[in-house]
Amino acid sequence: MSATLKELGGYIEAKRVDCVLGWEVAHGELTVDVAINHIAGLAEFLKTDQNCAFSSLVDITAVDYPERAKRFDVVYHFLSMYQNHRIRLRVAVREEDMVPSITEPYPAANWFEREIFDMFGILFSGHPDLRRILTDYGFRGHPLRKDFPTTGYTEVRYDEVQKRVVYEPVSLVQEYRQFDFMSPWEGAEYILPGDEKGAK
Amino acid sequence: MDGSKGFDDALTGEQKIRNFNINFGPQHPAAHGVLRLVLELDGELVERCDPHIGLLHRGTEKLMESRTYLQNLPYFDRLDYVAPMNQEHAWCLAIEKLTGVEVPRRASLIRVLYCEIGRILNHLLNVTTQAMDVGALTPPLWGFEEREKLMVFYERACGARLHAAYFRPGGVHQDLPTELIDDIETWANEFPRVLDDIDGLLTENRIFKQRNADIGVISQQEALDWGFSGVMVRGSGMAWDLRRAQPYECYDEFDFLIPVGKNGDCYDRYLCRMEEMRQSLRIIHQAIEKLRAPEGQGEILARGKITPPKRAEMKRSMEALIHHFKLYTEGFHVPAGEVYAAVEAPKGEFGVYLVADGTNRPYRAKIRAPGFLHLQAMDHVAKGHQLADVAAIIGTMDVVFGEIDR
Repeated sequence: MSATLKELGGYIEAKRVDCVLGWEVAHGELTVDVAINHIAGLAEFLKTDQNCAFSSLVDITAVDYPERAKRFDVVYHFLSMYQNHRIRLRVAVREEDMVPSITEPYPAANWFEREIFDMFGILFSGHPDLRRILTDYGFRGHPLRKDFPTTGYTEVRYDEVQKRVVYEPVSLVQEYRQFDFMSPWEGAEYILPGDEKGAK
Repeated sequence: MDGSKGFDDALTGEQKIRNFNINFGPQHPAAHGVLRLVLELDGELVERCDPHIGLLHRGTEKLMESRTYLQNLPYFDRLDYVAPMNQEHAWCLAIEKLTGVEVPRRASLIRVLYCEIGRILNHLLNVTTQAMDVGALTPPLWGFEEREKLMVFYERACGARLHAAYFRPGGVHQDLPTELIDDIETWANEFPRVLDDIDGLLTENRIFKQRNADIGVISQQEALDWGFSGVMVRGSGMAWDLRRAQPYECYDEFDFLIPVGKNGDCYDRYLCRMEEMRQSLRIIHQAIEKLRAPEGQGEILARGKITPPKRAEMKRSMEALIHHFKLYTEGFHVPAGEVYAAVEAPKGEFGVYLVADGTNRPYRAKIRAPGFLHLQAMDHVAKGHQLADVAAIIGTMDVVFGEIDR
């Protein structure tokens, strides 16, 4: 399995030298790093090339790494029902970058790109209808960014006096608890009481 | 003033015929949940169909980032709540792929058995409620009776009728008692009769055929372009099934057929689902046989760091006790890396893209729901159909909002 994937990775790199920044096979899956400007061209190539024949788009998603200069990874998954193989494309994206939309070769990308825009605030150029999709009408912020609190900023309730749903800032009776189960000997980054004595 | 002289002076902008916009849902019984469709109608014909989703969005992916791998498992029951265990399966496979854990054979067989029960659960609900959408009332009543029996099997295996949390990374939570296996077999012997009854009600029913045949036709190219999977591609004539094409678990040992449709319309998808239930029964029978064979005996969890120790061991061994405590508080750590694990869920390809950073929590988990892509094509498929056909199309697309909105 991974031998054929390696062959495929080499083939794509040889055919599209300008697009491919690097590729690897891990856990029996092929991952190709792609330059942001070439993603649309490469997607088109993957669909039309006989050896690739990636007939359908499986998924597009993003991963947020706030500490990196290129903050986001936009990750594409493709599947070939003819060749029976899969591929993952990874594009590193700055916060202000516009990612070229791949709705032209793959109409299925439409909602996925809307979802990424909604959840991460990444913009797609050439997308026919870039609206929010999963969050509420009039929602602000991008929930899946790491700096967005899990509780969100607003909460809704039905107001009996105004006879409508009202939005209010989140007020928690008890602070939202993010449990840290890491062992103090291994992973903890916080300072435990008494630790300061050891530092001296 | 009989109008014979014409009324061109009175034909203001108000009176010009314009398309009619209606809201279908979110509280419509045929919307299968909380779907809001904004439909633009030209008379009875659908000109544009804009699904508004997200009314059931619970932020599962965000919540998962702050919970341990094991705590995240029950979220998967709540995605496609019609066939809960199939979703858990994808999550377990993703973790097992990253940690390199081998699932014991008995656990693997139990997983196959319950995945197929899940498939029947799903198809029973879908076929019968779709029939209700097009006007038949009896099938859902008959179908839900069988679903009830299957849920009892869920309950007897794990204690919960719906939110099972039964598949665990490294195996399944508890072993099946032999009586349960016997009862599943008895049920599997009786079920074809019920299936034939539903078949007799629907398959040659004139109204059912009129409402479904040649409705929502999807060509092979369309199915590929819109990223369909599961019955939505098989109904269009492509024999694509992940259980066969990219076998996971021990599906390669099982003997079953993949039904395909010819025309890619709603009726063919209905036929596919009916046949898939029969094929699932075949797999169930085979799985029961294998579970009874001597090779099918033994452990149900790959004993190691990601699974709890045996109860009896905990009474004697301090290490086992510590392990148990650490597993259920801190959780296990998954080595850094990224994987995509997909299963053939009843609705299509259900996948999990997991990015692990070596800690006890997933850095990012993306849930790839088949229904998301199916519903996306709604505008494309429903265009030009009658308003009444919209309900039939949504029905065979098999959408469940738990997984679409996540």
